[in-house]
Amino acid sequence: MAGHVDTSKGLPSHPERATLEGKNKFLGFWFFLGGETILFATFFGTYLGLRNGIADGPSSQEMFHLPLVFIMTMLLLTSSLTSVLAMFAMKKNNFRAFKVWMWITVLLGLSFLGFEIYEFYEYVHQGFGFTTSAFSSSFYSLVGLHGAHVAFGLSWIIVLLIRYNKSGITLTNAPKFYVAGLYWHFIDVVWVFIFTVVYLMGVGGH
Amino acid sequence: MADNLSQPFDKSAMTEEEKRQVNKEIRKQIVVFALMIFLTIISFLAVGADIVPRSFAIPFILLLAVVQFALQLIFFMHLKDKDHGWATAFMISGIFITVPTIAALMLLIGVVKY
Repeated sequence: MAGHVDTSKGLPSHPERATLEGKNKFLGFWFFLGGETILFATFFGTYLGLRNGIADGPSSQEMFHLPLVFIMTMLLLTSSLTSVLAMFAMKKNNFRAFKVWMWITVLLGLSFLGFEIYEFYEYVHQGFGFTTSAFSSSFYSLVGLHGAHVAFGLSWIIVLLIRYNKSGITLTNAPKFYVAGLYWHFIDVVWVFIFTVVYLMGVGGH
Repeated sequence: MADNLSQPFDKSAMTEEEKRQVNKEIRKQIVVFALMIFLTIISFLAVGADIVPRSFAIPFILLLAVVQFALQLIFFMHLKDKDHGWATAFMISGIFITVPTIAALMLLIGVVKY
């Protein structure tokens, strides 16, 4: 498959799409992201429909704490930038810089996840469980689905980083890292809508 | 040739011109990032500090979210680059199904007013 890739001058400038396999991964992953968009849409639609059904439980104004959400947003947005910088380091064949940026991304993602776990823990402690109301069920489903995506994306990137720790940037691992980076951006995009639709509209939208 | 798929490279095949382009691109991405942070702060302030009227706050923050969504896709996920036609097509079809899905679910559950 690499037969028509010219590697005599060094790493091709688009290592993630230099081989046919890389091109296919790239295309297939975008197809998957189109589908993920719809998956999240169903959760968002459900949340928007049920968010006023608070039954006897607390309302969103009583629960949500904007400063915490703001910190989480900043962490995730910054991790999106660091993974972009990692991809540029990859294109330039700078494996050391690439690894540093990727690990920073992982650390930011882990702290985001830590805050989210803390948030859920606090909510449950204050009597806002999964079965408290239609609002709480749809809230935990939507935000928890996003949190599961973050956890999955982190494990994915960590596994890749450990697996290819010493290998340098090759035409085999470049598409894998690139696709994991796309996934990470997608998680960030979904969070933009979560902090707007769930938290900001939950605090200011009544 | 297939064996060099797992070989690292000691140098990049980029020309000096391509490297300059990449550096320009990096600066552009950082500007976009600053813009996204700015939009985020604005939308948090819009709700948290009441800088826009209550009735206008929700359309306003939704608009900011859509702008951020576009910035992420176009710049961070490189949709503006060449040969991203199919990626754009997949994403647009995703969005094309997303909007009616959300609207339909909300109407189904009986939310008609926001």
